[in-house]
Amino acid sequence: MDNYTDISTELCGMKLLNPTVLASGILGVSGSSLANVARNGAGAVTTKSIGIEQRKGHPGPVIITYDQGMVNAVGLSTSGIKESLAEIEYAKKHAGVPIIASVFASTVKEFGIVAKEISRSNPDLIEVNISCPNVEAEFGRPFGTDPKISADVTKIVKKNTRIPVIVKLSPNVGSIAQIAKAVVKAGADGITAINTAGPGMVISIETARPILSNKAGGVSGPAIKPIAVRCVYDIYAALKEMKKEDKIPIIGTGGVTYGNDAVEMFMAGASAVGIGTGVYIRGIDVFRKVSYEVKEFMGKENYGSIASMRGIAHD
Amino acid sequence: MTEQPKIHSIKRVIDEAKDARTFVFYGQLDSSPGQFVNVWIPGVDEKPYSISYQDDEKFAITCFAVGNFSKSFNGMKEGDKIGIRGPYGTRFTTSGIRNAVLVGGGCGTAPLAFLANELRKRKVNVDFIMGARSNEFLMYHERMVSAGVNVHIATDDGSAGFKGFSTELLDRLLAGKAKDADMIYACGPEIMMKKVIDIADRHGRRCELSLERYMKCGFGICGQCCVDNLGIRVCKEGPVMGKEIVKHIFEFNKYKRDSSGKKVPFYGSCN
Ligand SMILES: Cc1cc2nc3c(=O)[nH]c(=O)nc-3n(C[C@H](O)[C@H](O)[C@H](O)COP(=O)(O)O)c2cc1C
Ligand code: FES
Repeated sequence: MDNYTDISTELCGMKLLNPTVLASGILGVSGSSLANVARNGAGAVTTKSIGIEQRKGHPGPVIITYDQGMVNAVGLSTSGIKESLAEIEYAKKHAGVPIIASVFASTVKEFGIVAKEISRSNPDLIEVNISCPNVEAEFGRPFGTDPKISADVTKIVKKNTRIPVIVKLSPNVGSIAQIAKAVVKAGADGITAINTAGPGMVISIETARPILSNKAGGVSGPAIKPIAVRCVYDIYAALKEMKKEDKIPIIGTGGVTYGNDAVEMFMAGASAVGIGTGVYIRGIDVFRKVSYEVKEFMGKENYGSIASMRGIAHD
Repeated sequence: MTEQPKIHSIKRVIDEAKDARTFVFYGQLDSSPGQFVNVWIPGVDEKPYSISYQDDEKFAITCFAVGNFSKSFNGMKEGDKIGIRGPYGTRFTTSGIRNAVLVGGGCGTAPLAFLANELRKRKVNVDFIMGARSNEFLMYHERMVSAGVNVHIATDDGSAGFKGFSTELLDRLLAGKAKDADMIYACGPEIMMKKVIDIADRHGRRCELSLERYMKCGFGICGQCCVDNLGIRVCKEGPVMGKEIVKHIFEFNKYKRDSSGKKVPFYGSCN
């Protein structure tokens, strides 16, 4: 294997030394935890989704696994914007990698406020979570299922910040390509795909009750990887149609556990990969492991860069 | 491994002390002292608990009625069903120890009682300092005595044993009767554990402590239990940690995070 194989990549002008990104909601509660994940090899780290007001989230159980993946309904717990600013500032100082601030809100207008507020801590990128499935009862259908609302959210966020904006999409829609086009037209600088699939449910047969307190939860991990790869593929095809594929990066997320999974994502059109459930499966140093495996594959197959693999599964 | 609660029915309920009940379950948990499980009461919530007893056919958890969850847990009866997942987390060192001193404060005595039994099985000399507010909060006394543990009691009000802090007893023991102690184990309020670390340093002894933080998953994913500034996970790199690591935990004995992730000042142990 060639030690000099370059696995760096770029997201909206930010250079990542390797293409692995900590996905939102995993280990991203505090700045010190984000820095610890960076020490374990992540090329960039994403905070847990941040909202304006403090929220406790759902009672437990909120995260369980089954033999093919994970099901979670944490319920968007957040310490609120003020506390979160301090966490991001800490991560900015100590993580040594780009910090992506994930935000959510309950109305279009509030998305503007949270974007403006979060920008004060100067994250490298803002990821807009319009796709969380776990709080529908409170927040109505997720914003991310409607192209028009998705575009409105993107526009208001862009208007309220000068930091590049990535929009995170849900796979639980008729056409993810259509949503992707809508948010790119509205000014999105990048796309993360996908958030959790489903929602799914696991029932405890001895008590005849769903285990999660929210009953249903988002499905992640290896089970959803083919869905995630297809979504990234569709989004990249849509970007090509718009002749924007060179300008808009995609963070391919969903079931990435080994280097080969990441390579699949690049070939479908991703510029980087998000890793969440993989932390459970392979440990907190999954980022270092996946980077190494990607490098190994590239050496073996003679790929000189991540960019040279991007989108090559398309005709 | 699949992280789903396994349903157990409560086999026995023991009134351990005021506000404290021990729930006994049949089955092999395969845990080691210091580890914890997540207890699910369907329709209520799920919370982490240390294992307070384990043998070849049963194990036990001791619950202290402090909040909503623990109150409904303590209201459960023999035959009631609860879910248990785990065991999770790091364990106390039990090999290569000859003389051990255990310091437990309040509900922190629970994991140490399991540890004391395990150490006695390995023929380790065990001095167990139990700290409690008063006589009625003392736990496991007879169980420990019959396992051959030297029990030392400290109460805030002097209603049993020494009137004062368990850490004062520790200091004296290390200078006298337990001068050969090669390991100190502590679990309890962080203010107590901070003093234990200072004393262990002063006497040049090894020391392991068990920490507690708000937990959502228990298996290293949610990040709710991460401590500043190391960012390590109490559910995974803990709950048992050596004193050299704990000394580097900035938030130790200062604050912890609640279920929203917000920092809250430290009030004590037992969620
Ligand atoms: C426990 C857990 C919490 C999550 N919380 C968030 C969140 O707050 N915001 C968000 O945008 N995505 C959240 N996600 C979704 C992940 O970021 C990711 O999109 C999804 O899990 C698929 O990736 P994976 O298969 O690598 O886990 C969460 C996922 C999990 C498992
Ligand atoms: S409780 Fe979730 S990471 Fe520790």
